Amino acid sequence: MRYIEPHAHMVSRTTDDYMALAMAGCKAVNEPAFWAGYDRASAQGFYDYFRQITEYEPKRAAKFCIEHYCWLCINPKESEDPGLAREVMALIPDFLKSPNVLGIGEIGLNKNSRNELMILEEHIQIAEDHDQMILVHTPHLEDKLKGTKLIIDALLNHSKIDPSRVIIDHVEEHTAPLVLDRGFWAGMTLYPESKVTPNRAIDMLEMYGTERVWMNSACDWGVSDPLSVPKAALEMRKRGYDDAFIDRIIYSNPAQFMGQSERFGLK
Amino acid sequence: MPGNEPNLVDLGFMDARIKLIDIAAFLDRLDRHGQADDYRIRALRKAFSELDSKEPGRASRVLGALSDHTEEPIDAADIQGAFGAPPESN
Repeated sequence: MRYIEPHAHMVSRTTDDYMALAMAGCKAVNEPAFWAGYDRASAQGFYDYFRQITEYEPKRAAKFCIEHYCWLCINPKESEDPGLAREVMALIPDFLKSPNVLGIGEIGLNKNSRNELMILEEHIQIAEDHDQMILVHTPHLEDKLKGTKLIIDALLNHSKIDPSRVIIDHVEEHTAPLVLDRGFWAGMTLYPESKVTPNRAIDMLEMYGTERVWMNSACDWGVSDPLSVPKAALEMRKRGYDDAFIDRIIYSNPAQFMGQSERFGLK
Repeated sequence: MPGNEPNLVDLGFMDARIKLIDIAAFLDRLDRHGQADDYRIRALRKAFSELDSKEPGRASRVLGALSDHTEEPIDAADIQGAFGAPPESN
């Protein structure tokens, strides 16, 4: 079995995790920029982080024969301070030249505040100005439905943004149709305690189709499972889906989305 | 749907049974300790009616019952986390 882990925060994970991913068949990981679990004190902290995910982490992944790609932004949890956010966003254009950068992300909303929305709009403008793909984080729990609607409106306000080059991640049953009906890609995040379980993700494939969707672990420093994608593959097999179907969901689909960047090497 | 469909009741019944009993025990626990009067528990109780619905789309409607349905951005984010159910003023 082969697969792509299209959303993983590998800077938070150990080499044992890389080994487990490789042994499960992982060929590439996609690492969006995210919250470190605490608010960084300055743009310099982000500069170092961007260097880590563009320079160091690809080398660590390569030791396990895994390709490493990343996305750049200041995450919505740290967007409440527009001054800091703009200092960080000013760093992004230079880093876009790095060979493993696929786009802008994971941008989005957290508590659906006015400042978060303003900084989201400015990130979308960066993507538009630099012809970048976009990876979107949607809010947690009770904030997800409202945030997803606000994010979709913000994206559709930019007429040059092509929905087929945008993935809106962490969808659940109440938001997946909103995302897919407007031509965006939808990411389903498999978490032990929130977001969706493997069986709910498979249910969504049955209800909403297999086009423009991927599954990811979004593994990070919190309660999360870096092997949740291959575990979902096992659940698909238990439910009677064949190897070709599973390969489409966990390899070909993410490869199709990421392959819209000429930098993506697994065609 | 897969060509070789297994018995989904066989696959999922025990898991659903465990979760249902766990919810019942959770509510008993809250009663025993006098902590059932919480907006999150009231939101859960409202969502329970969907479990007995005959209409498909139960998961989506449960999620909807536990969602903030306001439409305007809030003025400022004074916290970073979420609680699983919206404040009752929403």
